[in-house]
Amino acid sequence: MKMRALLKDDFVEVKVLMSHPMETGRRKNNFAQLIPAHFIQLLTATLSGKTVLEAQWGTGISKNPYLTFRLKGAKIGDVVEVTWHDNLGKSTVQSVIVTQAL
Amino acid sequence: MRRRDFLLSLFSSIILAPINALAALWNKPAFEATQLADATKHLTIDAEIISLDIKIIAPERAESGAVVPVEVISNIANTEAIAILVEKNPTPLIANFMFSNGAEPYVVTRIKMAETSEIKVIVKAGNQYFTQVKSVVVLENGCG
Repeated sequence: MKMRALLKDDFVEVKVLMSHPMETGRRKNNFAQLIPAHFIQLLTATLSGKTVLEAQWGTGISKNPYLTFRLKGAKIGDVVEVTWHDNLGKSTVQSVIVTQAL
Repeated sequence: MRRRDFLLSLFSSIILAPINALAALWNKPAFEATQLADATKHLTIDAEIISLDIKIIAPERAESGAVVPVEVISNIANTEAIAILVEKNPTPLIANFMFSNGAEPYVVTRIKMAETSEIKVIVKAGNQYFTQVKSVVVLENGCG
């Protein structure tokens, strides 16, 4: 997971790029067999430990999901943490420190 | 029950509990619905008000439906959640974002579209739901 949290005027913009196949379960491989569904279902973001975003996803989010969200009241040095869980029970957590946008 | 069995069952319940809790959080019937109306029903949305205070930024035409960038901004006061749906996808509900503690009602992501369709956004503010749509011409199926 690649993350960036930049302080712009009066908000912090958080950009997240995840590495995930986001398989729908409807696609077939070269042997005409269905590839099982494998996708992120839940994503949570916290700012200094407080939940700011909770997302539920279906199979319609593109492969290697990209997400931008904005936070009010965040300042330089605050920690933004993002966690995702997929339908196969896998999960990833990553955090980033808010920095000043150039 | 022998102590070993008891401890084992205790451990497994601790390990399994969070997974079950997460599965319970995910709105399975809404995400697996194949009709837009069924998806919104499972999101417990009964009536929506069309609103110009919802902005959807997406391309007019998408070469490939596999990656369609979508930006949603809600200027509706007290926006709690933004749901993104694509009417003609095999499963129309794409995502539901819930905002709290200072998160702005704003989101950018990339979605899959099976064919030319409207992207429908539903905003929850208090007990009311607001909606807006944006049509995107899709040249190549992106749902596999």
